[in-house]
Amino acid sequence: MSGTSDFTPSRRALLTGAGALAGITIASGVTLISTGPAGAVTGPATSKNRWGLLIDSNKCDAGCDECVVACKAENGWDGHNRPETDPQWIRKVNLKDNKTGATHSLPVMCQHCENPPCVDVCPTGASMKRADGIVLVDKHVCIGCRYCMMACPYKARSFVHEDITGQKQYMPRGKGTVESCTLCVYRIDEGGIPACVEACTEKAGRGAMTFGDLNDPQSDIAKDLAKRATTRLRADLGLAPGVHYQGL
Amino acid sequence: MKHITFSQITGTSNGYYAWLGWLAAFAAAALGATWYMEHNGHYVTGMTNQIVWGTPHVFAVFLIVAASGALNVASISSVFGRPMYKPLARLSALLALALLAGGLMVLVLDLGRPDRLIVAMTTYNFRSIFSWNIYLYTGFFGVVAVYLWMMMERRMNRYTRIAGFAAFVWRLALTTGTGSIFGFLVARQAYDAAIMAPMFIVMSFSFGLAIFILVLMAISRGTKRPLGDAVMAKLRNLLGVFVAGVLYFVTVQHLTNLYAAEHSGVEDFILRSGGLYTGLFWIGQVLIGGFVPLALLYHPVTAKDRSMIGLAAAMIIIGGFIQIYVIIIGGQAYPLVIFPGYEVSSSFFDGRINAYTPSLPEIVLGLGGVAVALLIVSLGVKVLPFLAESLSDADIDPHYVAPPKPDTSVSADVADDSEASATV
Repeated sequence: MSGTSDFTPSRRALLTGAGALAGITIASGVTLISTGPAGAVTGPATSKNRWGLLIDSNKCDAGCDECVVACKAENGWDGHNRPETDPQWIRKVNLKDNKTGATHSLPVMCQHCENPPCVDVCPTGASMKRADGIVLVDKHVCIGCRYCMMACPYKARSFVHEDITGQKQYMPRGKGTVESCTLCVYRIDEGGIPACVEACTEKAGRGAMTFGDLNDPQSDIAKDLAKRATTRLRADLGLAPGVHYQGL
Repeated sequence: MKHITFSQITGTSNGYYAWLGWLAAFAAAALGATWYMEHNGHYVTGMTNQIVWGTPHVFAVFLIVAASGALNVASISSVFGRPMYKPLARLSALLALALLAGGLMVLVLDLGRPDRLIVAMTTYNFRSIFSWNIYLYTGFFGVVAVYLWMMMERRMNRYTRIAGFAAFVWRLALTTGTGSIFGFLVARQAYDAAIMAPMFIVMSFSFGLAIFILVLMAISRGTKRPLGDAVMAKLRNLLGVFVAGVLYFVTVQHLTNLYAAEHSGVEDFILRSGGLYTGLFWIGQVLIGGFVPLALLYHPVTAKDRSMIGLAAAMIIIGGFIQIYVIIIGGQAYPLVIFPGYEVSSSFFDGRINAYTPSLPEIVLGLGGVAVALLIVSLGVKVLPFLAESLSDADIDPHYVAPPKPDTSVSADVADDSEASATV
């Protein structure tokens, strides 16, 4: 079993059609509502694309968290002011080199690994990787065992510890299930870019985050990766994350 | 050695019913705790996004590990052909089933969505060791149930050895699966080690036998059935070997990690600087769960004292529970090393030792699992003939030599030819 899940047109049509009927309550706390105009869906995700991010820590400032603010607003994961149990899909991490004292600041989110351990360990297959490399959790199949959280080397996943309010129509969540950065998959499917990347450029004016197709040699991200020295977190684990970092 | 007679316990005393009542109360309390946690969400527990597996998992893993170990007494009888263990084999298999049921109950009721158990039973990802375990656990029930049937049905007795062998292989696979839950976690410094699987197997030998000995002593005392010194001496000696085995594996586990510089941080945390976890490791796991019981089991004075053997078994259970606690909670308390060589800070507790305090609902749920296991054993021995009527030396020790002076209590034990006879 590859662990890769194709989002087929029929499945998308089902989801969209269901939305058109105003919404189905799948289970308590999980409601699917129309995800937008049906015309925006152009076809299944395929392995022709490999979506990824390039984060330049040299352009990232420790005092700036616009990417986090944008993600929170976009996906509605604002917590209950309980930091230990509130979810965090993206966080700013500040680093100080033990020897040299050099400091860095950078955002960490789901690294959308090519070989994601969270997908490997998930007993039900709720944790899945799309053909285009985006790692997601199917909230309807997740049983809340949290094995994926034990397996993720990046602490990218959160468990929904309490009731949810203010859910977004395009981002169903569920108490008792696990969630993480989706790379704003619904935006990508409509030709857009993730909210964090947008905020980094438009609100913070930093342009520290580049989003694009790693498989397309003409994309900005592929060109940047071809000429700059970049690294991936815990590269030693061989997970081949889709998120690259520069300046570390 | 005489013919062994198995029979149900009478089970009509007030003490027996009071015992059942207590166990049922604990089981009910566990259901209440589950409702409380599920209704409010897991934020009411001590578990967080840092410590994602907590006290329920410690109870569950301990019970599941002990379950496979409890079956060992039966295996020694059927697979390794030791006749002295034969009178103990049925209880051993019953205890194994009961402990596994209790452990699985805790594991399932702690899920974020326990109502989706049917999803877990019907939707599989076969790359997941959890998926394998679902088969290993349910299969264990089936294999051991068949094994019990072969043992308890005279016409099937000739298949006991083959069924026992299957159960023995299955229980090795089961504990390999449980240990591999941690062994396969490449992300975390405290896990990601192939030694986890064999270490868990030896831990299961030790914890399972310790529980078996205590249950056997309690039942013998409660039902006034003779329990001879010969069988206790065998079990005591075996338990000591297993405890030493666990200490050996723990030593190798930590020595191997100490040798690898990348693991020096987590080793320093557990062995030296981890505060509570360091204390639990050295005092709880190594001393209370290891060296003190070893001394009690092998010291010429205490080795002959039945209460000291019971004390040693209790300490092994406590130390074993602490060992699982150190592995599961301590392993998560040490932060993930995402940026080696850097001091790290964030709003998500990166680079910090993660705090965890067990909450009451978690503890109640865990104790409920123990109660359910004991409830199954207590009811099981009343409805079916799991227990030998006598485990006295004269009845079960093949090397027994009657003392020179006539002993009336021994001669009163008359063998019964029937496979099972109910006591009145």
